[in-house]
Amino acid sequence: MIKKICLLLTIFFSTNIILSQEKRSLPNVTVTTLEGKIFNIAELNNNKKPMVISFWATWCKPCKQELNNIAEVYEEWQNETGIKLIAVSIDDTRSMAKVAPYVNSSDWEYEVYLDPNKNLCRSLGVSTVPHTFLINSKKEIVWQHRGYVEGDEEELYDEILKLVP
Amino acid sequence: MRPLFTLFLILPIICLAQYNNGSVYGDFNLNLQTYNEDESIGAIAADEIILNNAYLNLFYTKGKFTIGVRYESYLNALKDFDPRYNGNNIAHRFATYNNDGLEITAGSFYEQFGSGLILRSYEEKTLGIDNAIDGIKLHYSPIAGLYIKTLIGKERTFFEYSDGIIRGFDGEININEIFNLKTKLKTIIGSSIVSRFQNATNPNFNIPENVAAYAGRVNIISGGWNLYSEYAYKINDPIGSLTENNYASGNALSSNLTYSQKGLGVSLSAHRIDNMVFRADRDAVGKDLLLNYIPSISKQHTYSLVSLYPYATQPNGESGFQIDLFYKLKKGDWVGGKYGTKIDINFSRINALNGGPSFLTDNVDHKPIFFSLKGEELYFKDLNIEISRKINKKIKLVTVLAKQSYNKDVVQQQTGYGIIETNITAIDLTYKIKRGHTIRIELQHLSTEQDDGDWSMGLAEYTISPNWFFTIQDMYNIGNDNEDRRLHYLNLTAGFIKGSNRFEIGYGKKREGIFCVGGVCKTVPSSNGITLNISSSF
Repeated sequence: MIKKICLLLTIFFSTNIILSQEKRSLPNVTVTTLEGKIFNIAELNNNKKPMVISFWATWCKPCKQELNNIAEVYEEWQNETGIKLIAVSIDDTRSMAKVAPYVNSSDWEYEVYLDPNKNLCRSLGVSTVPHTFLINSKKEIVWQHRGYVEGDEEELYDEILKLVP
Repeated sequence: MRPLFTLFLILPIICLAQYNNGSVYGDFNLNLQTYNEDESIGAIAADEIILNNAYLNLFYTKGKFTIGVRYESYLNALKDFDPRYNGNNIAHRFATYNNDGLEITAGSFYEQFGSGLILRSYEEKTLGIDNAIDGIKLHYSPIAGLYIKTLIGKERTFFEYSDGIIRGFDGEININEIFNLKTKLKTIIGSSIVSRFQNATNPNFNIPENVAAYAGRVNIISGGWNLYSEYAYKINDPIGSLTENNYASGNALSSNLTYSQKGLGVSLSAHRIDNMVFRADRDAVGKDLLLNYIPSISKQHTYSLVSLYPYATQPNGESGFQIDLFYKLKKGDWVGGKYGTKIDINFSRINALNGGPSFLTDNVDHKPIFFSLKGEELYFKDLNIEISRKINKKIKLVTVLAKQSYNKDVVQQQTGYGIIETNITAIDLTYKIKRGHTIRIELQHLSTEQDDGDWSMGLAEYTISPNWFFTIQDMYNIGNDNEDRRLHYLNLTAGFIKGSNRFEIGYGKKREGIFCVGGVCKTVPSSNGITLNISSSF
């Protein structure tokens, strides 16, 4: 009986919350910079312009493909929309040291953070990489996409354009 | 207990829901597979016909407060997962409160101290690893640059918790932040201790009830240079046997040195591990209840034949090193091509400890050479090069060449196989047909005189961005000495992705083998059947 009441209450209040909820903001979770500094992801900032958060790893082929393809058009994207891309690596201790050498050798201009024990991953519901989020000027998640195939960056750019007046 | 769990979940939600609207979010994942009998590859049918793993994460957050639950269902667990998972339950639930630099978590949580040499509690769903700790965790940063973590709890194994109680403390000081130094040289130091308490009732031996492990680390960064080094020590932790016990201590040293600048990156790492299995229960075996994480010091490959013989760390004792070179050839000239060319070179070598692990010698007159490469038994060696080049706007080409030596006896704990010497080539060609439509071809070959002989592999993938993908793949044991064992492993996969929902359906044969993520591996049985995967986040 208690079980049933609990279940009913849960369903009732969950529905209540889901119907009335706001758009999701960036969580209060810490990651590490490439210089070992602890950084709260809620403090990400791009002067009221949109941001892209992309989860990747040095061992993930489609992730590197996505970020290398965007790197080719990044300057253009920035000039036209003021977008900033944040690349969060989920490499754990096995390959974490290779992140900075890989990023610099690839000439990426992104802001890069490390999430070796997947704290940020979990709080954003990321179960596999790549996983890409688009954040609006109010720092709310407005769009997300799992996986990457050639050409997906064009859909992402279309979504970014929707956020730019 | 169930109604209590549910109450634990809903009470805070009810209270909060009365006043305001925070956000609810989470993710869902379902893996389902049918198992047909297939004598040719040794696949066994499942009595249940269909097996299934699934979970749903549900979080609620408002300001500084977050609560979450995970419902897990294994009815019954897929064959490559431990049958001890069979069942379903709310296996993970927590509440976190964050205020002025103090974060308090009650319930299930994950944590890592330093690089994880003495403590890493984490989840790797694809491997069936979830060693969450159930207890209380505090994180406190009284001033910028000083970070303290403490925890107490029991470690999860399947749907149960360890007998041992885990206590841990970790402190980290970022010297530049704390003293507000604006120097080019940046230094971060850290130290941690983890202790396990477990009753000892052994009538024959004096078994320590409190077993501690310590670690210290330093990270020095200057310009393009970065040095990270961590040393860990574990006091003696006999297994509690009634007939024989070993009182040797354990230790590990792990270091990385990297340098990078625009277009160039170099990474050098080395580690020495001696008797560093550290568990939440002294009697646990295999991969159960491990408290620490020692990743293998070798490259995690993405192409299937290059990772056919993957290395796994031998935590009882090994020493090894690894070098990586990342280089981007400038675009414009004939060497770099119109779009530039990337070259990654990796070399790793891992061997036995000089004189063997100290738990075999029991620390009596055991004076080994600290880091010895010559004359020790080889565990693994891998030299590989990857060249990626964009030929024109439509065509990309990746070539991988690798030469590996794999000590099957040591890594898979078998006898009579010796060292498997392999040479591997992989070619990956991507051709963009028109906007959104791409075809990708992979051709791979592995040649070896030992084990199952040569393997060939071919893959064709057609993708329509942003929604569809179709893949056909065949692995063929072309060079097996036994002609009856020259088998094909054909797989067909199709998938649909829309936003944060992903559906994938596949049919085919899986090869018996070792599957690894992040240097942790599991043995996967051969199987033949249909697979379905649905994942979604909200």
